[in-house]
Amino acid sequence: MKQDNVIIAEELSKTFGDFTAVNAISFKVKKGEIFGFLGANGAGKTTAMKMLIGISYPSSGKANVVGYDVFTQAESIKKNIGYMSQKFALYDDLTVKENIVFFGGIYGLKRSVIKVKSEALINELGLQEVANNLVSSLPLGWKQKIAFSVALLHDPKIIFLDEPTGGVDPITRRQFWEMIYKTAHNGTTVFVTTHYMDEAEYCDRVSIMVDGKIEALDTPKKLKEQFDADTMNDVFLKLARG
Amino acid sequence: MKRFIGFVKKEFYHIFRDKRSLFILFGMPIAQIMLFGFAITNEINNVEIAIFDKSKDATTQEIINKITASKYFSTNQLIENENEIESVFKKGFVKAVLIFEKDFSKKLVKENKATIQIITDATDPNTANTVTNFINSIVQKYQQEVNKDIAIAYQIIPQTRMVYNPELKSVFMFVPGVMTIILMLVSAMMTSISITREKELGTMEILLVSPLKPFQVIIGKVFPYIFLSIINAIIIIVLSIFIFNMPVQGSLFLLGLESVLFIINALSLGILISTISKTQQTAMMISLMGLMLPVILLSGFIFPVSSMPVALQVISNIIPAKWFIIILKAIMLKGVGILFIWKETLILLGMTLFFMVLSIKKYKIRLE
Amino acid sequence: MKIILFIIQKEFKQIFRNKGMLPIIFILPILQLVILSNAATFEVKNIKFSYIDNDKTSFSRELIDKFNASPYFNVLTDFNTEKEASSAMLSGEVDVVLEIPQYFEKTLLKDKRASLSVNINAIDGAAAGVENVYINQVVQSFNKNARAELMQTQIIENATMGSQVKSIESIPSFWYNETLNYKTFMVPGILVLLVTMITLFLSGMNIVREKEIGTLEQINVTPIKKHQFIIGKLFPFWIIGFGLLTIGLILAKVIFNVPMLGSMLVIYLYTGVFIMVILGMGFFISNFTDTQQQAMFIAWFFIVIFILMSGLFTPIESMPQWAQYLTEFNPIKYFVEVMRMVLLKGATLTDILPQFLKTLLYAIVMNGLALWSYRKRN
Repeated sequence: MKQDNVIIAEELSKTFGDFTAVNAISFKVKKGEIFGFLGANGAGKTTAMKMLIGISYPSSGKANVVGYDVFTQAESIKKNIGYMSQKFALYDDLTVKENIVFFGGIYGLKRSVIKVKSEALINELGLQEVANNLVSSLPLGWKQKIAFSVALLHDPKIIFLDEPTGGVDPITRRQFWEMIYKTAHNGTTVFVTTHYMDEAEYCDRVSIMVDGKIEALDTPKKLKEQFDADTMNDVFLKLARG
Repeated sequence: MKRFIGFVKKEFYHIFRDKRSLFILFGMPIAQIMLFGFAITNEINNVEIAIFDKSKDATTQEIINKITASKYFSTNQLIENENEIESVFKKGFVKAVLIFEKDFSKKLVKENKATIQIITDATDPNTANTVTNFINSIVQKYQQEVNKDIAIAYQIIPQTRMVYNPELKSVFMFVPGVMTIILMLVSAMMTSISITREKELGTMEILLVSPLKPFQVIIGKVFPYIFLSIINAIIIIVLSIFIFNMPVQGSLFLLGLESVLFIINALSLGILISTISKTQQTAMMISLMGLMLPVILLSGFIFPVSSMPVALQVISNIIPAKWFIIILKAIMLKGVGILFIWKETLILLGMTLFFMVLSIKKYKIRLE
Repeated sequence: MKIILFIIQKEFKQIFRNKGMLPIIFILPILQLVILSNAATFEVKNIKFSYIDNDKTSFSRELIDKFNASPYFNVLTDFNTEKEASSAMLSGEVDVVLEIPQYFEKTLLKDKRASLSVNINAIDGAAAGVENVYINQVVQSFNKNARAELMQTQIIENATMGSQVKSIESIPSFWYNETLNYKTFMVPGILVLLVTMITLFLSGMNIVREKEIGTLEQINVTPIKKHQFIIGKLFPFWIIGFGLLTIGLILAKVIFNVPMLGSMLVIYLYTGVFIMVILGMGFFISNFTDTQQQAMFIAWFFIVIFILMSGLFTPIESMPQWAQYLTEFNPIKYFVEVMRMVLLKGATLTDILPQFLKTLLYAIVMNGLALWSYRKRN
């Protein structure tokens, strides 16, 4: 069975005046993959992601997401993707349930469907007690899981995660990655950026961005062989010094 | 001390990097002064009057000519019957209708008396009153001419002198008001926003944990705005003096001192507002919605306080702007020194201390 | 369509859950309307009056009494010297000083003419003008009585004189507001201001706030269409504007007895379009600002200029041509006109058609611009 490429980027670039944030990157992401988009802070990861999800115009190059062109068909792309931003973007002054209803509605889901999904989500995360509490009252780890689930409500083909585990404890991080595995197992492609190199081990394939360019792209295992390193962290250090 | 200076520097950077806000901060007073100086006035000009002349004789024509000649009025509309009056007012352009009775000249000669009806659209009572008075005076002048050969005995003539503002320029009234409003709103708003923003972002806690004492934090936050507001005050005064010939009869130095006092007053009010606001939005809304109209309406800026109901006169006493406007007018237009305005100055000082003490108290409660 | 409903639902929840803002949105404007409308008056009353009586005759006393009797003047005190009087005016204790010269009565009898000296604090030029009119009225009334008395004792000499004086009498008549009640004029105007301020500030800040906290980005990644987002966002404020208007009109009637001659339907129809202009402005501003502070500042800037140039406090006809031309772009000006014309004069839709159409055009252009300048993608 031929594996489709759900993301194809060719020489994708973004410049701000003199500064080149993303410098002609090219890569492909396969369906069902967990693709790690790694790099130091400021390497250009978020900027690149924003181009793929249609909220930033590329300066040059081409990209295709779920078969649609980033330049001309951004709105079609949006129907098929989910997104969890760095700030977790849930409404603090709405309850958990209300957030779910809102985002489900925005994606065009019927109220009856939303109801079913909402209950499923709440049960799965064990949030029955706090379902009617304001999001502001919840600890960070819970907000993060809710944001992730909300992004999946409309059964998107790809989910984009921008530094999803920032600021939470290791146990919560572990739990979160279990959620990611489950999602990928169900056929949803996961495109995740992070600067935690240990999380790279969890990905199927990983690319490492340095100063706007992709300096490495392969499975974690192969990268460690290539750079003669024990951990992804070491791979990154060798690259950065490179 | 070094830390404190570093902190103040950071505050300055914040402000000067926000070009849009800066533009409004300085552009606002300039725009307002221009408007008030050139566009906004209480004086009437070119008021549209409709004439219903039932006589159409030489006398009525003379009177009409005199009215047309006056710069206050323009008489383009002619009415031929009673029904038109209503519709002409409804359209909204005509402010008054003059009705000359039938056989005007004849009556004046034979019976020594003729009447003109001045019907004004009193939805704006002020204009209606003014228009009536002005037309009256034109008619009276004409009457005097008619009677000029007949000496009127026992005339008492009041010789009126308009003190401090002989040309009755409305600009003189407005400049102190504009200055007060701008200083008050900008200082109060900017300070309250600046402090609540730190609260919202969470950086306030960082500041409180730092070696800086709380009062240093507050003063550091407020300091740049003192500086900015003083510049604003200077801009307003300079523009008023050079473009509108606004006099500054009194001491510029005293003017400066009082302005600084008022600025500090407004800033402490801003601090107080920030202690009761959780979010920037609240702080902004309180500053704008809560301060703007009361300050404009109750400070004596446009409407004279002495004409308001007693209850409002009492309330206006707690508005710092009212006292500052009195001080400004006294210094700029009357040329007085501190001796004449010590009472108002003391009141402003007292209010400032009150705001500060209250803020410190509330601030302490929050920290505990 | 359904999507819009989801947004509206969320917005309403957020607005009413914001306990701190609710009193500001509803109670503060109402309070201001009720209290501040009482402040609005150009009437001149309680004039701080003083005098220097150098004549000290029963004649001069009569003149002073006339001022005492007048409802406009508060006769506060008398002075012995001009110096004292000037000083009092400097300190703000008095605003008018009437100086009656020595031998006032004698001079009038002998020369048939006499003058009085009047000093008026003219810092407030308009008020000074009115005070002058009132002073003249009192003096003339006194003059008339004095003349009549004096004429009686000299009938033979002046028999023919008085009768040949020709007088043109002007009879004033004040339509729509016989009592010259300034509140009738101001209350609708202040209501307009309050509705405008609330809707502009709220709409401007609201969208920028989502930008600041990051939820706007989240929204931009969804397939939601621009117009769906905007309509959903602005609709609640449109409703709030109407709510404020309704409460305000009720209070205007009940507390201030403002006449409501015209059709309420016309008022609501016009207001609906007007609020759309304001919301469009708020939205437009929010597209070009990054922080709530910037948005508020810009909104504040325009509001103040609009208020000053609206004809609410000073008449538009008094402005120079170029300024009058500028007011064509001031939506508040039209709202104030419409309110006054419909409420106080009973104007119909046809009468206000020019204002209505201009406002409608303004709404379309403003919202069009705002929609066009909103980018889901940078």
